[in-house]
Amino acid sequence: MEQYPRRLLTIVTEAVLERELVTELEALGVRGYTITDARGKGGRGTRKSDWAQEGNIRVEIVCETAVAERVAARLRERYYDHYAMILFLQDVSVLRPDKF
Amino acid sequence: MPQLDPVIWFFVLGLVAGVARADLRLPAAIYEFVSTILLLAIGLKGGVELARDSGGLPVVELGGVLLLGFVLPLPAFLIARHVGRLSRADSASLAAHYGSVSVGTFAVVMGYLVARGIAFEARAPVWVVLLEVPAIVAGIVLARGTGSDVAWRRLLRELFLGRSIVLLLGGLAIGWAAGPEGVEPIRPLFFDLFKGVLSLFLLEMGLIAAAQLPTLRRHGLFIVGFGVLVPLAFAACGALLGSAMGLSPGGVTVLATLAASASYIAAPAAFRTAVPEANPALSLTASLAVTFPFNIIFGIPLYERLGAVLAG
Repeated sequence: MEQYPRRLLTIVTEAVLERELVTELEALGVRGYTITDARGKGGRGTRKSDWAQEGNIRVEIVCETAVAERVAARLRERYYDHYAMILFLQDVSVLRPDKF
Repeated sequence: MPQLDPVIWFFVLGLVAGVARADLRLPAAIYEFVSTILLLAIGLKGGVELARDSGGLPVVELGGVLLLGFVLPLPAFLIARHVGRLSRADSASLAAHYGSVSVGTFAVVMGYLVARGIAFEARAPVWVVLLEVPAIVAGIVLARGTGSDVAWRRLLRELFLGRSIVLLLGGLAIGWAAGPEGVEPIRPLFFDLFKGVLSLFLLEMGLIAAAQLPTLRRHGLFIVGFGVLVPLAFAACGALLGSAMGLSPGGVTVLATLAASASYIAAPAAFRTAVPEANPALSLTASLAVTFPFNIIFGIPLYERLGAVLAG
């Protein structure tokens, strides 16, 4: 079975950004994403998911390297200063390259 | 300690359980559900009453309430900026939170007045709708000016289509269209269970308030002073405006309570996206951990007396 390399970009950030982020991602050429509610602790303290105001989301995007890097650069420039946000990149393999 | 409504004890329970780190947590979906019922119930009740007396909506009064929403943030901003020595963004954020309203506090004052048989204007939910947005807009202008770096169109759309406004206005419209007989079939859920649902809501609010206490310790005295004194001053403004407009004692109490209450849903969300450099924890802590408890425990009985004195 043939496999194709892609990048998995994971973003963990404030739930309040969800709508704005989705618009931004689509404008940057992201074709699909998965969003889940998340909670945890980081540089900005404990973030719980039991109240929408303070919750986190985890956004996962499988895409080509160029798109992943474009998104990472844009998010870093626009959100890192004032929002709780981390992102990381991983190599993954997919079976249907046309989808991602 | 004033004589407490039983529903307030649920808030205290949540607060104590939260502070003690008890194993108590309502799922987010329950909180959403409970607050949806409260918002719809408040809207429906107002709508039914409006259908009953069909007196129409007094434009001058509604204009006065709207103006109150725009004006209140200014003194709050100046106090935060000059007495609290906070940054412009943080001062504007506090101003927006305190100028805007808390529907939770409104639900409590409604329950308080109904339990004591004190009548108030049926259109009170309309005041809530009118007071929610202007202060947030004023706060963002105080932080940013009217320049183009705010995405106003999207922001206003999100504010006006926020859950509380949609559900309150929707409830009002349904209640008004259905009338007293029409709502009979849904009465058990929205009216008979109101106090029970409010109790669950307040239990969760207690837990949320407890979660803010560590932040409160960090920000210290100014926030506590601000969170108590500003609502008292604003309540006086609301009460004076209410009595000048000829509201009933109950109506004056409601308007005073609304002026005293601080937003913890619409304002934080709007500020987080429009003015991200404002510290979200500061305003939210003041609103949730200081002002909300103060208003529902000590404030409302006080505002009720104020209403009785000014308009009685």
